[in-house]
Amino acid sequence: MAKRYATGTLAVQNVGLEIGRGDFLALLGPSGCGKSTLLRLIAGLDAPSAGSLEWSEAAARRDIGFVFQEPTLMPWHSALRNVALPLELAGVARHEAAARAREMLARVELAGFEDAYPRQLSGGMRMRVSIARALVTRPRLLLMDEPFAALDEITRFRLNNDLLKLWQAERFTVVFVTHSVFESVFLAERIVVMAPRPGRVVAELRVPAEDRAAEEFRTSPLYAAHCREVSHALRDAMAA
Amino acid sequence: MSDELLAEHREPGMLGISYTMWLRILAPSLIGVLVLGGWEWAVRHYEVPRYILPGPILVAQTLVRNWGSLSVSLGITLQITFMALAVAASLGLALSVLFAQSRIIELSLFPYAVILQVTPIVAIAPLIIIWVDNIQVALLICAWIVAFFPILSNTTVGLNSTDRNLVDLFRLYGATRWQVLWRLRLPTAMPYFLAGLRISGGLSLIGAIVAEFVAGSGGRASGLAYRILEAGYQLQIPLMFAALVLVSGAGIAIFLILSLISHLLLRRWHESAGAGDRR
Repeated sequence: MAKRYATGTLAVQNVGLEIGRGDFLALLGPSGCGKSTLLRLIAGLDAPSAGSLEWSEAAARRDIGFVFQEPTLMPWHSALRNVALPLELAGVARHEAAARAREMLARVELAGFEDAYPRQLSGGMRMRVSIARALVTRPRLLLMDEPFAALDEITRFRLNNDLLKLWQAERFTVVFVTHSVFESVFLAERIVVMAPRPGRVVAELRVPAEDRAAEEFRTSPLYAAHCREVSHALRDAMAA
Repeated sequence: MSDELLAEHREPGMLGISYTMWLRILAPSLIGVLVLGGWEWAVRHYEVPRYILPGPILVAQTLVRNWGSLSVSLGITLQITFMALAVAASLGLALSVLFAQSRIIELSLFPYAVILQVTPIVAIAPLIIIWVDNIQVALLICAWIVAFFPILSNTTVGLNSTDRNLVDLFRLYGATRWQVLWRLRLPTAMPYFLAGLRISGGLSLIGAIVAEFVAGSGGRASGLAYRILEAGYQLQIPLMFAALVLVSGAGIAIFLILSLISHLLLRRWHESAGAGDRR
């Protein structure tokens, strides 16, 4: 699959990726490696210039949640109405959409803030609302484009934990774009390393689930080892 | 348990109004009182004749004495102002929605809207008054011309200012064009529309007054502009000032009302309606 922009820039080239159901896949790479482009192609927001996307089920193509780098909330609606948006657009009745939105806000630990407006919420809370919105339709695929990049480290760690817990409970498929080696190792089972100019895949690494199950994974030697391995792969990618 | 607290900040105050708000009311009022006081004193001290510059007390007396007829004129002027504003607002909104939907229409018609705006109303008014039979309608058209552009221009900018990511999000969920317009573009444009409306309120009044000056209508349907002209001819300067005060008062009131509407609609979510809460 390839994508060439109208300006003639080859954003991404020769990418062949297979993503399995329930996978947690990270796209890791420096800026300009085409990872966000790849995400948009998967979402159907852009069309590939060459190659194609194949879905095992046709219905899965539309069953997607997307989390942007900014919370991207509608400032004129409360958190509840924001989360209910995908349902309302799909024609779900107002009160039912509201009920499901309420439930999802509770899952991201924002119970009690349903009626708050985005301007009253902190950055971390807004991002939780954004995640709740992406998950409210219970999609099979969740696409996240560096969602925690703009947050402070403490909030970032918390949200990493919460996301991982949610994924372990619900087992949707996740494609997570990041430029952080540490974040990719913490969250993902499959880490796809990409390089820029032209954007392409250079390596794929695995972090087995058993390793992650260890208590205090983030400070364990296993974590450090994986991070080292991934860092090397990334360094080689950037040198290539 | 939430990770961050919602900061609801209550400013200290007196009688339920914050100190900042008291300052907002008292500071300009104090200046006003000083200026009026100075004016009255100057007129008395230099014994300025009333037909050149009447003092504020005399103006107030004249206003009260002629309230009957002045209020009727005020009503007529306000009627034209509000009707013109309503037409400008609805037409402006409708046209900018059209512009947002079709680039071609926008490119074709926008230059003409600009031409409409920059041509001075004083020059066009006589023509319109000749062309249109009904004097009321003619005045309405003149006031509308002046009030139209800010609403059109601001709302167009607003409709084009939608967050790109939100547009993508709507696309992702398969929203129809109507849904995107109604649920995304129009709410985004609302602060811009309201800003344009605030400007157009005053302009509408000016348009009505200028048009009437040009028309020089008399008799029953005479608004404040004619009363000013008439008082000028008859050298009833205090009356002229009284009418002027009413015009200014009307302009201020219109601005305040539109600002209030804007604040009420936006206060919960928009930066411009600075509410007290901040995190």
